[in-house]
Amino acid sequence: MIPPEKHPISLSVNGKSYNVEVPSRRTLLDLLRDGLYLTGTKKVCDMGHCGACTVFRDGTPILSCLTLAAGCDGTEITTVEGLAGPDGSLSAIQQAFIDFDALQCGFCTPGQLMSATALLRDNPDPSDDEIKAGMAGNLCRCGAYQGILEAVRQAARHMQATAK
Amino acid sequence: MTRIIKTKVEIEGRTHEETVVIEEEEPSPWEEGRAFSIVGKSANRIDARERVTGSAHYTYDVTLPGLLHAAVLRSPHPHARISAMDTTKAAKLHGVRAILTHENAASIGWYSGVSKLFDTTVRFVGEEVAVVAADDLDTANDALALIEVKYELLPSILDMVEASKPGAPEIHPRGNVLKSDGRDGELYSRGDVQAGFKQADVIVEGTFKTSTQLHTSLETHGSVAAWEGDELTIWESTQYIFGVRDRVAQALDIPLSRVRVICEYMGGGFGSKGQTLKQPVICALLSRMTGRPVKLMLTRQEENTLSGNRGATIQKIKIGARKDGKLTAIDVEALYGVGAYGMWAGSVGGPAKELYKCSNVRTLVLGVRTNLGSHSAFRAPGYVEGTFGLESLIDDLCDKLGMDPVDFRKKNHAPDDQTSDQQYSSKHLLESYDRALELMGMDSKAELPGKGTLTANGQWKRGMGMASQTWGGGGGPPAHAIVRVNSDGTIEVITGIQDIGTGTRTALAQVAAEELGVPLESVRFRLGDTQKGLFGPASWGSITTPSVAPAVRMAAADARKQILEIASYFMELPANYLTLQDGFVSIEGRKEGRRPLKSIIEEIGDYMVTGKGYRGPNPLEQVKTWGAQIAEVEVNIETGQVRLIRIAAVHDVGRVINPKGLHSQFYGGILQGMGFGLTEERVVDTQAGHVLNAGLDNYHIPTVADTPEMLVAAIGKADTLANHVGAKGAGEPPIIPTAAAIANAIYNATGVRVYSLPVTPRRMLEAIRAHDASVQAESKN
Repeated sequence: MIPPEKHPISLSVNGKSYNVEVPSRRTLLDLLRDGLYLTGTKKVCDMGHCGACTVFRDGTPILSCLTLAAGCDGTEITTVEGLAGPDGSLSAIQQAFIDFDALQCGFCTPGQLMSATALLRDNPDPSDDEIKAGMAGNLCRCGAYQGILEAVRQAARHMQATAK
Repeated sequence: MTRIIKTKVEIEGRTHEETVVIEEEEPSPWEEGRAFSIVGKSANRIDARERVTGSAHYTYDVTLPGLLHAAVLRSPHPHARISAMDTTKAAKLHGVRAILTHENAASIGWYSGVSKLFDTTVRFVGEEVAVVAADDLDTANDALALIEVKYELLPSILDMVEASKPGAPEIHPRGNVLKSDGRDGELYSRGDVQAGFKQADVIVEGTFKTSTQLHTSLETHGSVAAWEGDELTIWESTQYIFGVRDRVAQALDIPLSRVRVICEYMGGGFGSKGQTLKQPVICALLSRMTGRPVKLMLTRQEENTLSGNRGATIQKIKIGARKDGKLTAIDVEALYGVGAYGMWAGSVGGPAKELYKCSNVRTLVLGVRTNLGSHSAFRAPGYVEGTFGLESLIDDLCDKLGMDPVDFRKKNHAPDDQTSDQQYSSKHLLESYDRALELMGMDSKAELPGKGTLTANGQWKRGMGMASQTWGGGGGPPAHAIVRVNSDGTIEVITGIQDIGTGTRTALAQVAAEELGVPLESVRFRLGDTQKGLFGPASWGSITTPSVAPAVRMAAADARKQILEIASYFMELPANYLTLQDGFVSIEGRKEGRRPLKSIIEEIGDYMVTGKGYRGPNPLEQVKTWGAQIAEVEVNIETGQVRLIRIAAVHDVGRVINPKGLHSQFYGGILQGMGFGLTEERVVDTQAGHVLNAGLDNYHIPTVADTPEMLVAAIGKADTLANHVGAKGAGEPPIIPTAAAIANAIYNATGVRVYSLPVTPRRMLEAIRAHDASVQAESKN
């Protein structure tokens, strides 16, 4: 049996600082959801196959179900709750998801938004093939892919236009 | 004056009778061609913001003070008897608060009295043996490892063909084959198929197989239960809050008035969450034992093993036709895998009975039990499977007759329902064919390309194929709604339904806003709580919109009438001079003197305008949905890969309330149909009965990279007979013909017919080799 030793860690999530104690085997996903009550990030497979638990660690998209919380000491985590502005205004990608109906049940949506946000940040003018490749790790059972593709295309256009 | 009448309701191929209490008359139908301000125009989902910000709380997200977490110990054997169990070590583990087994759990009947909540006989790998509630999930799982169980193995059967043979070991007290009317299977017959085959100039036959498909809802099944005194609240990821309430109250033997079920947001169901599984009852018992709320969510492995599935089929089909193309006989005999406790089989014979004009039809569907997880309804159960078989063989028939598939279907069009004396309330199938051809860039009079004529690209061969569909979609009573007008003029529509991701919430809000005469933004739509809402039906069978939209419209009409009477009093004008539009009460035909709704409502203080509505009886006509899909595929004859490049989908689902939401249903249905046709199958270890691909890595649902070009359209003509809103259900029609269209396109591309789904590269290569071998054998003769 795994000894339940606890590790004290400090991390920032969406700009807020937290000091918590986590057992060795606690995943970042479980810390976010059950420890910090940030339930926007979803648990779908808990073994890295579906992308639903995608968050950013120091800006890099990671699968939080395969990341140990104890390994996140001193890091900055961004979740879906951190995408909107402090005044609650939605990001261009969030708004595009709404406008192009890129969601149905919405359970994969937080992960899709995180992947799309990272994609457009690193590649502001992606081709359709680049969008498909960049988002292929986020499964959607309802089949909202058509809307997701259109939303990412539109968000890219919008962000390019407003950047000028 | 209150009247009570009986009406027929058809859901998923089965018809039953409902009793309706009529107090007021329903509004007259919205006529076809009526000008609308809100209905018929695309609207963003009114709950989209919550979903894109992560603030929507699904059952998985529910947390309560003192929450305990439960984990389930499950049978590792496909058929066994528990001979001994010891939970002492597990109970001593720090953090464990309660353990339930057959030894201490209430004896609650399950699976129609054949088993119990915890039974000593287990009939599939994964069946519940014990459950532990602990301070956290890791501790609960650690405790499971400390529970000692001794099993006596019993003979098991995993293959449904073997299970259906006489003399097979019986794995269920009622036998391995489902019975109805005292015989094996469900038989339907009209006319005389033997005579029909004698009249035929051409006869085609084939055996078609489909695999077990897993719903793979991203949010797993699960519950949270909490007691407040003797009142129980359950949060459940479900398609049927009132169904869960009924089942839990019955299981615990407590009155309905003490059970509340909540589900405002849920992460997919596709049919698997229509029935109530054991979780809510288990959580309620553990919560009562510990005095703390208890949460039990299935893991991904559990979800993909035991929460339901689309049963596998083996369909033997025979079709006869005259040389002018007119059908003379259709015969379907099918096995349907229902798993260890299945009590019904999908209506595989449905398409054969309904899709084409044919006087001689016989269908026999045998549900077969095996020691595997039981099936459950999965988006158009039976019809997806049966459409693949029937439409593939029809395609073969067209080939032998030298007839274009669209022409053949038009020739065998059924203007009236052949299974009853009824006419159809509406049927725009003929237009669906024409429109689908147009979407593919062809003239509506065009014929599909001949076999092998589309441009090949090296190893990749292209082809086009089509299939058509029918399904229910009429819904029916009971359904209720309330429209409440607050003193600031804002509106709340209150129902007892759930939105499983289909966007019904938004469409119904549009109906309310339209009927009332207020902007959509001023309407809040309440659902998902049995305590706050009046009865709403399950979200299955494509029944939500046709059942609930009329109730919502009626409640809105009632509220509107009251508002205008109040306005009439304060504006000192007859009510019939007044109208409510865009949130303003105005004099009909005049712009001056209009007053915002708020200012009228403020005049009456705290009095609350409450409109009531309900779903009235069904019409005498049969309400059905119709459609056609044309697929274009590429097949690599060296690797066996099949790609769906382009697909046109046209469906007649009556009046369209929200085009954007409807198109999403079409896209989603096509993608699930594509998965069923090309990549999805449950794989079971045939020795020990374990599901080998219960994860998302090895059970292949489509990814965004697999998305084909999808050209979708709804016919959009209102069905004014179906109900006064004119809309039919739309959730299931789009999944039904996709796999069949793909299979027919594969034949068109390669000359090789596929008889077994999904068409994985391995199956495609096997089919190509078998075809080549038989062509060689024939040319030698």
